[in-house]
Amino acid sequence: MEVSSDREYIYTSSELDKQEGQLIEEVKAGARETIPDPDAWLDEEVKRNIMLSSVDAVLNWARRSSLWTVICFPACCAFEFIAAEGPRFDMSRFGMEILRASPRRADLMITAGTLTWKMAPVVRRIYNQMPEPKWVIAMGACAISGGIFRSSYNVVPGYNKIIPVDVYVPGCPPRPEALIYGVQTLQKKIAKEHQILDLPQKLLKGNK
Amino acid sequence: MTVALSGKDIAGQLEEKFPGSIEETGQECVVVKSDSLLAVAEYLKNTGSLAFDYFNYVTAVDYYSYFEVVYQLASIKHNHSFVIKTRCYDRENPTVPSVIGLWQGANFQEREIYDLMGIKFEGHPNLKRLFLWEGFQGHPLRKDYLQ
Ligand code: SF4
Repeated sequence: MEVSSDREYIYTSSELDKQEGQLIEEVKAGARETIPDPDAWLDEEVKRNIMLSSVDAVLNWARRSSLWTVICFPACCAFEFIAAEGPRFDMSRFGMEILRASPRRADLMITAGTLTWKMAPVVRRIYNQMPEPKWVIAMGACAISGGIFRSSYNVVPGYNKIIPVDVYVPGCPPRPEALIYGVQTLQKKIAKEHQILDLPQKLLKGNK
Repeated sequence: MTVALSGKDIAGQLEEKFPGSIEETGQECVVVKSDSLLAVAEYLKNTGSLAFDYFNYVTAVDYYSYFEVVYQLASIKHNHSFVIKTRCYDRENPTVPSVIGLWQGANFQEREIYDLMGIKFEGHPNLKRLFLWEGFQGHPLRKDYLQ
């Protein structure tokens, strides 16, 4: 197609075509050999070594680095959670961004919002449907204690009245940074968990 | 913009049509007696020059000595609006006729008022609590409600 003469371009289209052709020729000329896999040495190295760690450390590391959140956003705190999810604060930097619509695939519940008694059985059922191990972060004043609606006839004064809570993030609403700090606190807590129970005292040597 | 009709004009028309039905006339509203509410509402909806075919809302106010139920109506045809009110003085068993037969939009709102204020709407097909659960004691928007 001819470019009309009254418009000026830095390069004409035939010049651009020529540059493209040169580039392709260059790549083609350099592509005679197969490039070896730079990580090939790893295989050999891993075969020759053994890494030792405790089961606790491995399991806890896996669990805390992939916290999947179930959706439980009954009120305004949800917007701050959404901000934390979004590109500005970007929780996915810490491996905690995936939201699950189904509680069966989630292991973290972030309770962002005021809970009414009418909604309480639903939230408890969602919690019960989550597979073990599972954790709960109470986000915002309402989730911690009922907040400004505490004395209302229809508000649950704190999620810990109906489900166990691991971490409390105060604020009305908490800043996204606070929420991210809350999740990090939870990760630290998970890191200290014991997956394998300690031997009962009776079985330990020296105890009668 | 929607024009709010003057209370005096409409009260005059109503007084002519239903003598003794008006309890009080305000600037942009009339208070009608609850036993003539349905007749008045039907007249407001079906008269060509008024044609209140759109139901904005119904709500209720507790004035201690009586409850006031407030209806705001609008006409899409004429682009005007009006407020009618009615009162019930019986605190134990306040009753108002339901306007669902005229405006379906009143359905959930009447249930809400029944739930939170305890006003019964006679003729409502499904009058039960909306926000609170079955078995809740009392009606929390009443001024004398204590937890
Ligand atoms: S803590 Fe504040 S922002 Fe969060 S749900 Fe309650 S009222 Fe809304």
